[in-house]
Amino acid sequence: MAAMLKVKIWRGAEAGQFQEYEVPRLESQTVLDVVTYVQRRLDPSLAYRFACRVGVCGSCAMTVNGVSRWTCRTHVSKVAADDHLEIAPLRNLPVIRDLATDMREFFDKWAKARGQFTGSQTRKDEFAAVKPESKERKRVDAAIECIGCGVCYSSCEVVTWKPDYLGPAALSRAWTLVNDVRDVAQQERLAAVAGDAGCHACHTHLNCTERCPKGISPTAGIAGLKRAVLKATLKGEI
Amino acid sequence: MKNDYRARNHPAYWAFLTHRISGVLLTLFLPLHFWALGNALHGEAKLESFLRWSDQPLVKFGEWALVLLLAAHMAGGVRLLMLEFLDWRDWSKTLLAGAAGVSVAVALLFLLNLA
Repeated sequence: MAAMLKVKIWRGAEAGQFQEYEVPRLESQTVLDVVTYVQRRLDPSLAYRFACRVGVCGSCAMTVNGVSRWTCRTHVSKVAADDHLEIAPLRNLPVIRDLATDMREFFDKWAKARGQFTGSQTRKDEFAAVKPESKERKRVDAAIECIGCGVCYSSCEVVTWKPDYLGPAALSRAWTLVNDVRDVAQQERLAAVAGDAGCHACHTHLNCTERCPKGISPTAGIAGLKRAVLKATLKGEI
Repeated sequence: MKNDYRARNHPAYWAFLTHRISGVLLTLFLPLHFWALGNALHGEAKLESFLRWSDQPLVKFGEWALVLLLAAHMAGGVRLLMLEFLDWRDWSKTLLAGAAGVSVAVALLFLLNLA
């Protein structure tokens, strides 16, 4: 382990360049520690985003040595074998400044994919009984832990090719709702994800599945949506 | 900003590239394939001379490459169908290893038949 890390950090907005810093190498150091060191000790003008530091909030996602990751849960020793780090903002999103991206488009697409729950019961009704071992509940469980960090969206090649594409996170969210037996807006949801920018645009590269820090496979959810859309189309429901 | 090769450097993306490139190459080969079959319509002699020409080592190597491409495209296609039509399972990512194994096995079988 060298005494110093050579760190290149993106500075500027869409137009910008990498700037090099030297940061002391420490035991168990995370990439977020490195960015924080640069901002606190070397250059207070550096813009970046974080909150929890422990992999709960998902706000510190960046591109580290070319791969989108949570910087708080990425040890330097795992990614900087040669003591070099390159830290850039997430891909496929407009850069506000330095390492902070504008995530509005990402979250707007969740709404476009009909990512809101629509129930029919009131608080006066009994609780809905959903069996934990039911097929639908298991499918929901497989994808429900998404915290919306944007790593999958940033890694997705199809979003780069087709900026309208709803993306892995929004579609995976829609899939959890398609399997929510209490939801009553299924046809609208399937119609929302059936278009050109929806589930059928996925090329099954599995970039999202490969990079998701929560081990979720949005590809699986998108494939499920493709099947659900096909079924609904054949039945003439959408 | 766009991703570079580092974001795409994982087996599932290599599988996508293999499937796409093998598909394009096989499409390019199709006209040649139909031309060769068409030779049969012009009499036995013409087809026979073509078949003798195809016995050359370099052409045989080409045939082997075609078999490999076909096997890779078919196994990759079956993998995609399984990913899309079956529920996600622990072994879903491992399907890739199976597809690669089948492609290599088919190509080796063809080589053994040549020998």
